[in-house]
Amino acid sequence: MWAKSVAVAALAGAMAWASPGQAEPPAPYDITPELIDAAKKEGSVVFYTATDVTVAEKLAATFEQKYPGIKVQVERAGSERVFQRIGQEYSTGVYNADVIETSDAVHFLLFKKEGWLTPAVPKVVAESWPAEERDPDGFFAAYRAHLSVIAYRKDQVKPEDAPKSFADLLDPKWKGKLVKGHPGYSGTIMTATHAMSKALGWEYFEKLGKQDVMQVQSSTEPPKKLAQGERSVEVDGNEYNCFRLQEEGIPIEIVYAAEGTPLVIGNAAILKNPPHPNAAKLFYAYLFSLEAQQLNHDFGGLRSFHPELKEKAGRTPLKDIKLMLPDAAGLESEIETIKSRYEEYFGT
Amino acid sequence: MSNVASIAQAPRQTRRFDLSGPVFLSLGVLLSVLVILPLFWLLVYSFTTKAGSFTLDNFVTLVTDRAMRRSFGLAIGMALGVGALACLVATPMAWLVARTDLPLRRFVRALVTASFVTPPFLGAIAWEILAAPNSGIFNNLYRWLFGLDSSQYLLDIYTFAGLIFAIACYTFPFVFTLVANALDRVPSDLEDASSILGGKWLTTLRRVTFPLVLPAMLAGSLVAILQALTMFGSPAILALPAGFHVVTTKIWSLFQYPPKLELAAAASIPLLLLTILLLRGQKWILGRKGYTVLGGKSGSPMITRLGRWKWLAVSFVLSILCLTVIFPYAALLKTALTHTVDAPLSWDSFTLRHFHFVFFEFSATRLAMFNTLILGLLTATGVTAIALVVSYLVTRRSVLGAPALGVLATAPIAIPGIVLGVGLFLSYANPTFRLYGTLWILLIAFLTIEMPAGYQQLSSAFKGIHPELEEAGRILGASRLKALWQITAPLLRTSVIATWCFVFIGTIRELSATILLTTANTKLVSVIIYDLNESGDLGAISVLGILLLLVSFTVVFLASRMPIGSTRFQPRG
Repeated sequence: MWAKSVAVAALAGAMAWASPGQAEPPAPYDITPELIDAAKKEGSVVFYTATDVTVAEKLAATFEQKYPGIKVQVERAGSERVFQRIGQEYSTGVYNADVIETSDAVHFLLFKKEGWLTPAVPKVVAESWPAEERDPDGFFAAYRAHLSVIAYRKDQVKPEDAPKSFADLLDPKWKGKLVKGHPGYSGTIMTATHAMSKALGWEYFEKLGKQDVMQVQSSTEPPKKLAQGERSVEVDGNEYNCFRLQEEGIPIEIVYAAEGTPLVIGNAAILKNPPHPNAAKLFYAYLFSLEAQQLNHDFGGLRSFHPELKEKAGRTPLKDIKLMLPDAAGLESEIETIKSRYEEYFGT
Repeated sequence: MSNVASIAQAPRQTRRFDLSGPVFLSLGVLLSVLVILPLFWLLVYSFTTKAGSFTLDNFVTLVTDRAMRRSFGLAIGMALGVGALACLVATPMAWLVARTDLPLRRFVRALVTASFVTPPFLGAIAWEILAAPNSGIFNNLYRWLFGLDSSQYLLDIYTFAGLIFAIACYTFPFVFTLVANALDRVPSDLEDASSILGGKWLTTLRRVTFPLVLPAMLAGSLVAILQALTMFGSPAILALPAGFHVVTTKIWSLFQYPPKLELAAAASIPLLLLTILLLRGQKWILGRKGYTVLGGKSGSPMITRLGRWKWLAVSFVLSILCLTVIFPYAALLKTALTHTVDAPLSWDSFTLRHFHFVFFEFSATRLAMFNTLILGLLTATGVTAIALVVSYLVTRRSVLGAPALGVLATAPIAIPGIVLGVGLFLSYANPTFRLYGTLWILLIAFLTIEMPAGYQQLSSAFKGIHPELEEAGRILGASRLKALWQITAPLLRTSVIATWCFVFIGTIRELSATILLTTANTKLVSVIIYDLNESGDLGAISVLGILLLLVSFTVVFLASRMPIGSTRFQPRG
């Protein structure tokens, strides 16, 4: 008994020593007038993001209004492109970006491992974010969450004919009517594909691959293909884009699949060598503020971990939706398999 | 006359300062660095493992991997399809425009220039708007006209054939321009001789005119094939939704996490070999025939009267132009001005919000426009200058080893832009150079990518001018450079301006290498269009596309009006 507990203690000690986060997470910080002044002197902040470009630009605009004199440069691309770009930049010593955000949680595990992040914990994150939605060492935190949903055009599909589950999508009547994003390109789809392959098995994708699915890249694109009227049903795609298109009056209906809807966490972090360190801190703290989170939610249709956030009327609250939870650590080792399987079934 | 006089005045001095030796050396070094460095790294990578030891595994994977083989097969099929289609369409068009009394010839030339100026990826997006099976304007029209239900469609651009068509629409001008220019250059003397000797109209066409423009046809088709083979944007936009890869998109997918740079490098080697093979093939077909046209231009070209065929010809030409320019542009304009793509054209759906978004909300626009313009101007000027000197040295064989320069200047054509992007990234984004994240690495990329086009244009122009004229100048005592400047250069004005425009347009529409080399501060319009396409913002794309086209047209227009001599860019027709 005694020997065993010693062994456990020793092991725990060794692990704590070996992990890069041996140091305590930094003390939480708040937005102070000194921070704002220092940020204003730097004059700008560079934000690498995978959020939909109109949402990201809107967030930037409200930040600029709130802190005049600090310009936000928004660099939007798909999660994997952002990842590829920052990988190229940091491995060659180019330090352009201040704050980074993608919808692929695996990225942040890798960034942390590579030592590309600066630990920073805004006060609100320390106080009210669920422990599992922030890095224990303070390197990153869940800036947003969203769902990858099935959706359809109400004017092309009658509600009684609409799919209720992923299994329904295998019906031959959907042949040539489906659109879906690509896991190699989109972090959201990668996370969702991983969760679905666990829940439904790869046979599901093998069958889906025979449905003549229109293959797009980013997870923002399937909803837009619905809006365009190019396909009637999306297999996956961002819930927030569907919300936004609904608000524009486009007849799209969201389906929360019977098997569960994949949840996707989007982390944010300050990079290791931000060209504008104070502006980066200010902007990073702003990202988690109620104002920004509410804007992301109301205008951007994103889900949030901020406890005071008011859910917008007409949207199904997160707690009422059956979810497929992400598993970033498990996904990391399976990316290769997912990509090659996917190519086998879908051709790209 | 005054030229001859001034040459005669200073014979000896200038001869001592014949600069071709040093010029040759420095160009050799420059081109070697531009071309050999990225190729060297590609080779190194293709033969190494991730750990850095020697291996052939990458090539084994190329051959054994089914998906990889398929992407090669499809890419080759696509490229040949594009080459054939482009040649088939462009040659009769060029002949009609250059050698017949077809009405509206100037207008036709202008519109072909327009389709040449159109970036292929923009054309592909426009064709998505027109011919996507469900939302495409043509398909909606078709269903509406015949009262069909929503499962029916006429065209599907997301197919192999659709892809070939969409690429050919924007590569046929390569064939057209070269053939039309060749037809302009072929002097009527030879054709007159044929007629005088009793050759019928068709015999003259077949036995004299056709052989004289055959090199241009082949060269043009070759350019079209190579363009298609190494193109990234259009396949990324049309082939991926259709569920297949071509080589370039496959290579691109190898950069996604976890990146397989070694395999990507290896995959580019067969492309390189294939291109060399094609170039050899061209040489072999042409054999040793000489196509020199003595003394620049002589006489005006022989014009064929179309007579009652006129309207058939007009409708042929117009329908091609509708497909390549008029319909796609209309689709972009409509998308830019309406809420959603499938919204009907009415006052209700009219909006300026895409313009507002691009100009006032989207923070990347201004920087990208500026970068694009600067790089376009620098690249066009740089490539034209270098290509001019190189093609002179090569065609006149004035220095021992000059043909090697020609090989170097042509070699980049064999490297897909995306692979060159990797090679350049490996070469210049390291502690020694630190060029990644600057416009320099993009400038180097563009100089390398555009060199073959510039060189091919100018060297074929040089081949059309017999060295006798220069030799006359040299005999009268002019140095090589002086002869070049005062005799050959004036004869080349049109070609030089055309090349400059060619390169400028090529630069601002480049996407495949650019996409790996841009960073936040070095964004280009082509890249933001591609980014926006990935997120499906067709309205914003249309606005940016229209903007890009307007800038391109302005530049081409200004360049064609440049007061250099009396000749203008494509003035005849």
